[in-house]
Amino acid sequence: MNELFRRLLFLPPQASGFARDFDALHYAVITASMLGIFAVGLALAWFSFRYRRSPQNAVRPPRPPLTRAQELTPAFGLLVLFVGFWCVGVRQFALMQRVPAGGLLVYVTAKQWMWSFDYANGDRTNETLYVPTGRTVELAMTSRDVIHSFYVPAFRIKKDVIPGRTTSVWFSALRPGTYPIFCAEYCGLDHSGMRGRVVALTPSEFAERFERTPRAPGGADTPLAEREPGGHGELTSLAARGARVAAARGCLRCHTLDGTPHLAPTWARLYGHEVPLANGSTVVADAAYLTESMMDPLAKVHRGFTPIMPTYRGILTPAETAALVELIRSLADAPLAPPAPLVSAGTPPLPLPAALDGGVAP
Amino acid sequence: MAEHFESVERKDQAAHLGMWLFLASEVLLFGALFAVYAGYRVEFGYEFVVASSHNSIAIGTTNTFVLVTSSLFAALAVHAARSGRLRRAAGLLALTIGCGLLFLGLKAVEYGEHFRAGILPGNHYHYAALPTHAANAFFTLYYLMTGLHALHVTGGMVALGAVGYRAFRGAYSAERHLPLELAVLYWHLVDVIWLFLWPLLYLMH
Amino acid sequence: MTTPALTLPEAVAERPLLAPPAPADYLHGGGVRSWLLTRDHKRIAVMFLGATSLALLLGGIFALLLRAELLTPGPTIMSAEAYNRTFTLHGIVMIFMFMIPAIPTVFGNFLLPLMIGARDVAFPRLNLASFYVYLTGSAITLTSLVAGGADMGWTFYVPYSTTSPSAVANVAFGVFVLGLSSVLTGINFIVTVHTMRTKGLAWHRLPLFVWSLYATSIIQVLATPVLGMSLLLVAVDRLWGIGIFDPALGGDPLLFQHLFWFYSHPAVYIMILPAMGVISEVVCAFSRNPPASYRAIAYSSLGIALVGFLTWGHHLFVAGMSLLDGAVFGVLSMFVAVFSAVKVFTWTLTLRRGSVSFETPMLYFFWFTFLFTFGGMTGVAVATSSLDIHWHDTYFVVAHFHFIMVGGTLTAYLAALHYWFPKFFGRRYNERWATIASVTVFVGFVLTFVPQFLLGNAGMPRRYYAYPPEFQWLNVLSSGGASILAAGMLLTLVGLVYALVAGPRSDRNPWGARTYEWLSASPPPTENFEGELAITRGPYDYHLPE
Repeated sequence: MNELFRRLLFLPPQASGFARDFDALHYAVITASMLGIFAVGLALAWFSFRYRRSPQNAVRPPRPPLTRAQELTPAFGLLVLFVGFWCVGVRQFALMQRVPAGGLLVYVTAKQWMWSFDYANGDRTNETLYVPTGRTVELAMTSRDVIHSFYVPAFRIKKDVIPGRTTSVWFSALRPGTYPIFCAEYCGLDHSGMRGRVVALTPSEFAERFERTPRAPGGADTPLAEREPGGHGELTSLAARGARVAAARGCLRCHTLDGTPHLAPTWARLYGHEVPLANGSTVVADAAYLTESMMDPLAKVHRGFTPIMPTYRGILTPAETAALVELIRSLADAPLAPPAPLVSAGTPPLPLPAALDGGVAP
Repeated sequence: MAEHFESVERKDQAAHLGMWLFLASEVLLFGALFAVYAGYRVEFGYEFVVASSHNSIAIGTTNTFVLVTSSLFAALAVHAARSGRLRRAAGLLALTIGCGLLFLGLKAVEYGEHFRAGILPGNHYHYAALPTHAANAFFTLYYLMTGLHALHVTGGMVALGAVGYRAFRGAYSAERHLPLELAVLYWHLVDVIWLFLWPLLYLMH
Repeated sequence: MTTPALTLPEAVAERPLLAPPAPADYLHGGGVRSWLLTRDHKRIAVMFLGATSLALLLGGIFALLLRAELLTPGPTIMSAEAYNRTFTLHGIVMIFMFMIPAIPTVFGNFLLPLMIGARDVAFPRLNLASFYVYLTGSAITLTSLVAGGADMGWTFYVPYSTTSPSAVANVAFGVFVLGLSSVLTGINFIVTVHTMRTKGLAWHRLPLFVWSLYATSIIQVLATPVLGMSLLLVAVDRLWGIGIFDPALGGDPLLFQHLFWFYSHPAVYIMILPAMGVISEVVCAFSRNPPASYRAIAYSSLGIALVGFLTWGHHLFVAGMSLLDGAVFGVLSMFVAVFSAVKVFTWTLTLRRGSVSFETPMLYFFWFTFLFTFGGMTGVAVATSSLDIHWHDTYFVVAHFHFIMVGGTLTAYLAALHYWFPKFFGRRYNERWATIASVTVFVGFVLTFVPQFLLGNAGMPRRYYAYPPEFQWLNVLSSGGASILAAGMLLTLVGLVYALVAGPRSDRNPWGARTYEWLSASPPPTENFEGELAITRGPYDYHLPE
């Protein structure tokens, strides 16, 4: 039945966890609509035929208008029906908004006119998003330029990707396959060419691909984070790469990784915790807040710190941004170092903790 | 005069209703900017209002006083017209316009101070004392809102000038001076809008 | 034989100074100058008819170009750049130069005073001004064509609209000016209804078209300035770098979307309410019945106007709205749908125990009711937030709004053209020709837009120049339908132009309708009615003599 409706309505395969439920509501709404349209058409046809003009009916006594009950009953009935659709729709919409914990996080960057994907293990792909089946995948998305929209019809998901902020969407692919990605918000000349594909692999295939393939050393125009001095070519975690970026970009002149107080908020135990702001409110430090703070450091200043951080917009590439966010995320439960005497400005930056030291001096 | 109205009373009634509807559309025009202001106030929070302390409260309050006084003159002009003293009405309208000119002059002074300090709208902002995005957004809105308001002040002065001139030349009487009433109504709106701009742009901190 | 010339005193004695005989009707008398400087609402309406028809033609040509390009998955007849500019101008021209103004400025201007027994609208000079403001706004908008076109879509989303290398500012200013014309028309109509109803014409005796114009005018006056401001902000950013929505300066692109849709959702009710008013008139006239419930139609028009202001967020379900906002906007959208459903129900029941005839305006009534119900129900569907995730920015939405705007408003516009043709021009069109044209329009429309629902379901996004090959056959069907639709429109145009110049003369009230505009001559004299009209019956009292 489901398959019959799906084919009749030209819907794509139901390749994600919620596709089937969404489609069930779709069928209900469309069926009700078709019945309504058909009923109206039938009534029009019947009345036209039954009351077609003739000498007998050209002049008639006035027909009484509808009573209040006759007016309100169909209106109320339709309202109940429409609100019923709305109820189910909102419940499903809420399901889409709430990302289950423990998902695989992939950073998506949209730019005119391509998609690129950064994985937690450090890998990066363009156009093709690899995901394992049967597992929650969360996408943290941002745009480099104008508004785009990440749309995978087979998963029934779509979310606008906006410059200057991070939006998220999640899904769980049911079975292996290749599913098209479209950009669904007009973004300029090659909007219709801004496509990609989701390749869902079985968990074992996914693990194989992402844990074994060595990264080739970067070329001259590879972003800083991906360049491996000495050309080791070994796979590094995205968090380790983040540590390298933090050192190379000067972040560690002010931020610490182990809770030591310094010129700027420490990154230990930052991710997912509440941050008190200078304007009196608080905010949870998630990927969106961290990205914003890198691009627009004066937007949400941490209470108790001087707003001296420069902006990194145009300096950090999205890959580097993702790496830094991943680094901070990895420190979410890091042990805090015992409080040290307050250091004054002008002291040299603190060295990296040994665990994350990949051998690169700042 | 349009002969298609039933009576002169109907025509006056129609003209007043039409003017009120036009004023409603003007309120919505400014309302859009107020909505943007509200949006950024919520988003930026405290830093947004900190910027308002860099506006001269002295000039702002003086301007409020000037506009309220101008409205008083305008109201008195209507009163004079209704009593048949059209020359007096014209004089009072001249005073109203004078206040308007004073208002614009003070705004020009204020804008000049801001320009010298580097407070310019949008991409041109380079105010060293407050380099935040919140302050940039505040001042961009400041220019947009006061700029649009100044345009309306100018338009209002032109309208008042036109009806004042006609009053002076005897085109009106105690019973027939509809354009004067309508122009003054418009001027009152311009004043009321300023009464909302003033606290939002000068008094918030 | 020549008569000898008279001296002046003789000439005066021969022909006392009389005013020249009054022209037979509003169409005659005076030259071009008298038309261009007219204050007669009927002449202004006819000038608007000319202007908006040109807009419809231009927008239609753009549509045909788009559909031709979409015949193949890759490039067909134009580049991607040209395509993007064409769909933008198609939307801009159709919405701002035809859909929003057409029924109010053509039929509203002509009929509102006649329907309330008035001699003209409240502010005739303002009326003429609104025409010239319309022309000015249209001209400014169309300068973008000379400047290479604009490609941001009619929705102007930032930051693309503020950074696109195309003539966006021309269009933004042009639409701003067109909006002013809309506001002036709205003010004029509201004041006219309040202050110029003739003796005996209480509010509950107003023809339903008047109610629909009144509700539309409320929206025009209150919503249009917000659009004007949003577009002005885009224009000042482009021209002078005063970006208030620029993310690089901490601005919020979503704030623009809220501001834009605050107008543009009520705008769709500006486009449909007058059409619904036309349909109410047509169904009563051609079933010779009063409406099944007068107050249901009158009050639902006001309900749509008011609640329509509260639903704009449903355009932002996918943009990152909070769950609460999404829920609130969704349920309010359901409320507004019920008002429209009430109208459909009422129109259908109006036929009951009536006396139904099937001239062309009535055919258009049938097409309208069927297609509008279809479009409206798909509107309820996209207001269901979880389903909208899949459909947003796909051809499903394109099909939904074309069902309402073409299947709804344009169909009603064609109904109005035929129904009031005798009133405007005193002539009859050819019924058989118009019937064929009408059926062609309907068939063409269905073939054009039903495949688009399926394309949307299959996942084809809108504003796509190139598409995956598996979508081709549905696109070919749609483009085929478009050419049939165009043929139907062309047949309609030819039929009406022919009738205008060579059609048989019409009686004053060829349809035997009861609304008050039919009490004047067809076409009416300049002053509309001889002497003052006093109303002593309702507008749909078919049981009473006229």
